[in-house]
Formats: sequence, structure tokens, C-alpha cells
Amino acid sequence: MNSAALLSLPVAGPIFAAGASVLFVRSPKTQRIIGLVTLSGLLALGIALVIQADDGGRVVTQAGGWPAPLGITLMADRFGAAMLATSALMLLAVLVYAVGERGAERSRAFHPTYLLLASGVAMSLLAGDLFNLFVAFEVMLSSSYLLLTLGGDEDQTRRGTTYVVISLVAATLFLTVLGLLYAATGTVNMADLAVRLRELPPGTRDAFRMALFAVFGIKAALFPLFFWLPDSYPTAPSPITAVFAGLLTKVGIFAIIRTQTLFRPGETAIDTIILVIAGLTMVIGVLGAIAQDDVKRILSFHIVSQVGYMVMGLGFFTVAGLTAAVIYTLNQVLLKTTLLLVGGSIEHLEGTGRLSLVGAMARRAPVLAVCFGLGAASLAGLPPFTGFVAKLGLIEAGFAHGAWWVTGVSIAVSALTLFSMTKIWAGAFWGLPDQHHVPARPGQRLPFLMASPVVVLTAVMLVASIMAGPIVAYAQRAASDLLDPQIMITEVLREARP
Amino acid sequence: MSLAIAATAAALFGLGTYLLLQRQLSRLIIGIGLIGNGANLVILSSAGGRGEPAFLDGGPTDGLADPLPQALILTAIVISFGAIAFLLALAFRGWSLTGSDDVEDDVEDRLVATRGGTSGDVIDAAASESGDSDESPR
Repeated sequence: MNSAALLSLPVAGPIFAAGASVLFVRSPKTQRIIGLVTLSGLLALGIALVIQADDGGRVVTQAGGWPAPLGITLMADRFGAAMLATSALMLLAVLVYAVGERGAERSRAFHPTYLLLASGVAMSLLAGDLFNLFVAFEVMLSSSYLLLTLGGDEDQTRRGTTYVVISLVAATLFLTVLGLLYAATGTVNMADLAVRLRELPPGTRDAFRMALFAVFGIKAALFPLFFWLPDSYPTAPSPITAVFAGLLTKVGIFAIIRTQTLFRPGETAIDTIILVIAGLTMVIGVLGAIAQDDVKRILSFHIVSQVGYMVMGLGFFTVAGLTAAVIYTLNQVLLKTTLLLVGGSIEHLEGTGRLSLVGAMARRAPVLAVCFGLGAASLAGLPPFTGFVAKLGLIEAGFAHGAWWVTGVSIAVSALTLFSMTKIWAGAFWGLPDQHHVPARPGQRLPFLMASPVVVLTAVMLVASIMAGPIVAYAQRAASDLLDPQIMITEVLREARP
Repeated sequence: MSLAIAATAAALFGLGTYLLLQRQLSRLIIGIGLIGNGANLVILSSAGGRGEPAFLDGGPTDGLADPLPQALILTAIVISFGAIAFLLALAFRGWSLTGSDDVEDDVEDRLVATRGGTSGDVIDAAASESGDSDESPR
């Protein structure tokens, strides 16, 4: 398949499928088949992109036939392609889970919206144009507004409102920055911007980089812009929380890594600011998690904390640091989803995720317990899991960079993460349930379709930890691409400036 | 950048930010609309002054206005129109459920703030107070 089809199908395919899904609104079965087939196709396309990107380092196409910087550039490098494949796998697994959990689809609008979300995510990962990235974010976020509030009850309305308002403010800021960038450089194409930003005075350039960091920092839930996340995510039904947790913040991180590496002229004071923000995000996130009592809320605060690690890997701006950040981000997409699906399954069986109420889940659902245990160990960074590989890489990169303070913070936060995970383990899987607590579904077992995605995702992560060698090698190539954007810039602008 | 446009954009951003800090949802939504328009004005001014309508009819291209910012604004207007319509629907839904237009505090945050996070009594009290549907078995 040529690169134009490979890059446009992940974006256009889910949109057309969403349209088809609307047509079959009276037949939930057809809707499910459309969703599953489309996302399987997206996974296949993602894997094909990974292979092709690894072959030449990048895949680029200009949609609409206009050359860059006028045409809309779609591009995939090794990092973007791997993110797309991982996200597709995770979206597929969560869709199976949502089909399995009766009532999780809630509305006939669920399937079309879910597919639009997939399209928005794919477009965000492949966008080669900042304005296109803005549109992609809006497609993704509009779908997420709907998915978050489909139930329409009081709690979802209240928390959904916070989420929508924050996202809209972030979108408006993004738009403003875009306008100013266009005024300063006369382009919104990322490759072209990277070239023209070098001609600007250093102060202006740094201001733009910080503005973009703040805009994407809201989406990625960085300190001090994270407060909306633990408030809004846990109210959604479990599959939706799992998708949001695994994907939306990571797409924000992806945008941060993409723009900061592309627009970085060399060492500046911004590198240190990024590291400080990363350290604060880790600490505040994990401390927030420790104070909580509900499984989904604890995990939501961990999303914030883990985001700090990825940004820390970026902040070093070395191949070692970015390699770790790439592995960390990819791992978190699957890991966070798995953990939140386990949290959702506990809620499904017990009717609540409160640690003070539930207990003895290890006896009731041993499969869940095993999956959670493995996932929690990976999250805390215990060997031999992928989380350990990523964290070890980060710590080595940190000491090699001489940033001992942020590295020390990250090790301390790992210990606190482990503490928080053991709290969930002891509260939900061991111990006795509260004597007044009545489970929602006493004596029932978890439906096969709900258990299997959790098991499959855990198995994928285990296989990934066994195959750590090739994955690290791939991530290293991805990191050197990110640090040397000149190849990508030349490729995108090849036809533009004869 | 024309001073008038810059001043208008600044005023829109200022008023919008003030409204965003209010507790009533209706004001908040108006605030979002205002800063959205401020952002659109910033993009408009990035085109760099007025010019002829950008229609290429085989004629000369000098003196044409830059069409790209206009295209960007058009897209942005459509997107913010949809988003604000959705937000209004959400606000109406919240108003018909609770009869109030205020953005409320987070129950869990309040529990943690009062250090009641582990006591079952406080949780039950807070849950019944807020009508938290997650607490009842589905």
C-alpha cells in the first residue's frame, strides 16, 4: 500500500465507519460488528505504518495534492506509528469490554462516537500541521464530551461541564497561539515552522515553545493544570474512563514531545522548566492518589503522576531520555487501560470501587487479581516488567544528564506508587468487605467478554517485557529521529521549495 | 497589527477571563464565547492588514488579502459553535436536574479536605446529600 493510503485511511476510515454506524442505529449487532471490524483494520494499518516507518524513518503524504506548506501534511515517524498501533490495540480491547458489559454502551450514539474518537486520535498522531492538530484535538475532544456525558445523570452532567469548559479554554488558547505563530512566521505547517522559528529572536521563540507547552500541558494534565482530570474521569462508565486514561493524556504528551523536539533550537532554560514541571507533576499526582479511597480515583491521580515521568524523559533531550519516554508512553497506554478496566470490573461486580467497602476480590475474581497484580508491579516499576525497563532507562538517562534531583524525586515517587498500589491490593483483593456492604452482583462471575480484554492486554504487556530488547532498539531509533528532526523537515518540504 | 483590533481582542480576552472565573455556568459560557472571539480576532490580525478579496481569476496576485487566516477562523468558528451549543445543552440538563446554575464543588475533594475519606458515615452522608448515583447498586 502506498503511503498516501496508509496515512489517510486511519483518519478517514473510522469517520466513514461512524457514518455507517449511524445508519444502522436500530441494529446494535451491526453497530458492534462495524466497530470491531474498523478498529481491527486500524490496528492492521498501525502495524503496517510501524513497519514502513521503521524501514525509512518516516512516512509522509500531502493530502489534497497541494505541496507543503499549503497542503495538509500527514506524517508518521517511528514514535507516531507505534503510538497509533498501540492506541488501536487498546481501543479495540476496550470496545470488546464495552460490548461485554451490559449497559456500558448506554446509548445508540455510543458506537459512532467511539469511532469518531478513534479517528480524532489517529489524526492527532499523524498531523503534520499545527492547525490540523487543533482540528484533530477538537474531533477527539468533542467525541470525548459526548462519551463522558452519554448517561446524562446529575453527576456526569456536573463533572462533564468542568471537563468541557477546561477543554474549550485550552482549545481557545491553542487557537490564540496559532494566530500569533502565523503572525510571526506566516505558516502553520510543523516542518515549515521548525525552519522559520529558527529565524526568530530567541525570546519570541521560547515564548512560543512555553505557550505550546502550556496548551498541551492542559490536555496532558501536567502540574498545575491537572485538577480537572481526577474530577471528571472517574464518573464515566468504566470502559470510557479506561480509554480516556490510556489515551487522551498520552496524545497530549505526544503533542508536547512532537512540538518541543521539533521547535527546539538547542539547549535553553526551557529544558530546566520542563524538568521542574515533570518533578512537581510526579509528586503532586502520587500524593493526591494516596489521599483517595476509591479505586478509579486513585488510578486517575496516578495518570497525573505518570505523565510526569514521560515529560521528565523529554526534559533531558538526550537519546537515552527520549527512548525511555517513548517506551514509557507506549507502555502507559496499555497499562493504564488495563488497570482501569480492572477497577471497572470491581465496580461491575461489587457496585462500588470504595476500598473501605469492597474486599476479598482475590477469592471472587482471581483472574482480575492476577492481572491487577502484574499491572501494578509494572506501574510501580518492579522488574522484569516493561514499566521497569522504562523507569530504569529514565533513571540512567537522568544520572547521565546530571539531573540528580529530578531523578531522585522520580525514584521516591516510584516507592510511593508501590505503596498506593499495595493499598488497592490490600483493600480490594485481600481483607474482608465491609459488613454492611451488599455486592451488586453477588455470586456472579465476570462475563467472558469483560475478562478477556483485560487478560489479553496483560498478556501483550508480558510479551513486551520479554521482547524488551527489540522494543528498546526501536524506541532508540524513534528517539534519534525525534532529536534530529531535519530528516523529517526535508522530507515534508521536499516538493515545496524546488 | 491594527491597534483597534488588538485593543478589541485584549478587551474580549479580559472580559472573557473575568466571566470564566464566575460561579454561574451561564456567565462562564458567555466568557468562553468572548475569549473565542478574541482568539479569532488575533488570527485575523495575523493576516497583516487589509487587501483585495482573495479570488484568483487569472488576474494579478498583488494586493490580495491573505486567505489562510480567514479559512482558519471559519473552521474555528464552526468548531466553537458546536462546542458551545453542546455546553449550553449540558448546562440546561444540569439546571433541569438540580434547579441550580452554579458549578458545584467536588464531593470527593470535600471529603479529603475534611479528612473524612475513610469514614463510612461521612461518605454515606455526603453521597445521600449529593444524590451520588454511583453509590447505589446498579
